[in-house]
Amino acid sequence: MASLGELERAVMDLLWAGQEAATANKLRDLLAQDSAAANGIAGHQGKDLAVTTVLTVLSRLEKKGLVERERGTRPHRYQAVSSRADHTADLMHEALGSAPDREAVLARFIGSVSESEAATLRKLLGKN
Amino acid sequence: MFWTSYFLAVLALVLAWPVPVLLSRAEWPARAPFMAMVLWQAIALAGGLSMIGAMLVYGLEPIGDNLIAGLRSLTGMVLHNEPTTALGFWHLFALSAAALLSAHLVFTLLLTYVKIERQRRRHRELLALLASPSDDGPGTVVINHDSPVAYCLPGGARSVTVLSDGLMAALEPAELRAVLIHENAHLSQRHDLLLWAFAAWRQALPWFPTTRLAQVAVNSLIEMLADDVALRTESKGTLIKAIAIVASGSARPAERVSLPGTSAPDSSSEGGTLSGTGGADSPRTTASRVSRLLSPKPPLSAALRALVLAASAMLLAVPTGLLIVPGLLG
Repeated sequence: MASLGELERAVMDLLWAGQEAATANKLRDLLAQDSAAANGIAGHQGKDLAVTTVLTVLSRLEKKGLVERERGTRPHRYQAVSSRADHTADLMHEALGSAPDREAVLARFIGSVSESEAATLRKLLGKN
Repeated sequence: MFWTSYFLAVLALVLAWPVPVLLSRAEWPARAPFMAMVLWQAIALAGGLSMIGAMLVYGLEPIGDNLIAGLRSLTGMVLHNEPTTALGFWHLFALSAAALLSAHLVFTLLLTYVKIERQRRRHRELLALLASPSDDGPGTVVINHDSPVAYCLPGGARSVTVLSDGLMAALEPAELRAVLIHENAHLSQRHDLLLWAFAAWRQALPWFPTTRLAQVAVNSLIEMLADDVALRTESKGTLIKAIAIVASGSARPAERVSLPGTSAPDSSSEGGTLSGTGGADSPRTTASRVSRLLSPKPPLSAALRALVLAASAMLLAVPTGLLIVPGLLG
C-alpha cells in the first residue's frame, strides 16, 4: 500500500462492497487480507498498515463528503454516504449536463444533443 | 478628449450588439475557426476596454487634457483630499461606474476561476475513486457507464481524459483514436482558458447579446479546431462516424432529474436520468460540426485571413491608442 490516494480507493471499495458500517479496525483487517491475498505473502504488508493510517484516510474521505460516521457508538463506525452507482451518475450528470455555469469545467466530445438532432444522426449512420 | 469618449462609447455599443450578431450569423468562421477565435477575443477585449475607457475619459474631462493627465489629477484629489468641485455629478457618476465595472469584471473572472477549479477538483477526486486507468496511455481513464461518453478535465499536469465503457464498446479502434486525439487537442491547445474567459465574460454581463453569442461561438469553434487536429491523422469518415455514434447514444429525450437512491447500477433508462437538454442556449454545435465535415467548404484564402487578423489588431489598437497616445504626446 503506497499512497494515501490508493488507500482511499481501497477503503471506498470496501465500504461500497460491504453492507453495513465498519470500524477502522475492521477496515484495517480487511485491507491487510486484501493486500496479503494480492501479494501471496500472508500478513506481510498488512502489518505495515496502522489503524491510525486508516483513520487518517477515513477522515480525509469524510472531509470530501464521501463517508460518514455513526457518532453514537465507540469506536466510530464508518459507511459510504452514497453508492458507487450514485457517484458515477453524479459524475456523468456533471459531464453531460449543460448548465451554463458548468460549461467551462470540462470539454465534452459531444455537447448536448436534442432528440431530433440525434434522430438525424441515426439516419445518417444508417446510410453509411 | 470629449470626442474620444463619444467615439469609445459608440465603439462599445457597436461591439456589444451589431458586430457579434453579424459575426454569429456569418458562415466563414467554419472555414477559418482559428481566425474567428482571434476575432471574438479582440471583440471582447476591445468592447470591455472601450466601455470602461469611455466612462473614464468622460469623467476626467474637466480635470485633464488627456487620460493620463486626468488620472494624475484624480489621484492628487483622492490622496491629498483636494476639492473635487471641478467634477460635476455626471463626471463623478461616470468615474464611479468605470471603477465599479472594472472591479466587477476582474472579480467575476477570479470568482469564475475559483468555481471552475473547485468543480474540477471535486470531479478529479471522484474519478480517482471510481475510474480505472486505461490502456490508451497515461492521463486516460475509463469509467463504468453504459452511455457513450468522452470528455476531458483540464488541469495542467493533472489533466485527464475520461472514456466510458459504453463508448469503448460502441467505437472501432480508429474511431476511438479520433475521439482521443480530439480531446487531447482541447488539452494541448488550452481551450480551457478560452472557455473560462468567455464563461466569466458572460457571467459578468449576462444581459449583453455579445457575451452570450461569444460563448456559444467559442464553444462551437473549439470543437471545430479539435476536429481539424483529429483529421490530420484520422479519416473524415472515421471522425463523422465517431461523432454520430456518440451523439445518437447520448441524446436525452427530456429533462429529467436523477432521484437520489433510485439509480440502479445498470438501469436501462440510464440516459433518462441524466438531465440537460440545453434549452434555448444549447449551441447547435453537433449538427454544424457534422455538416462542416460532410460538405466542407474551402478554407478562407490567405488574403481574407490576413484581413481578419488586421481587423482584430485594429480593434485592439484603436481604443488602446485613443486612451494612451494623447497622454504620451502631450
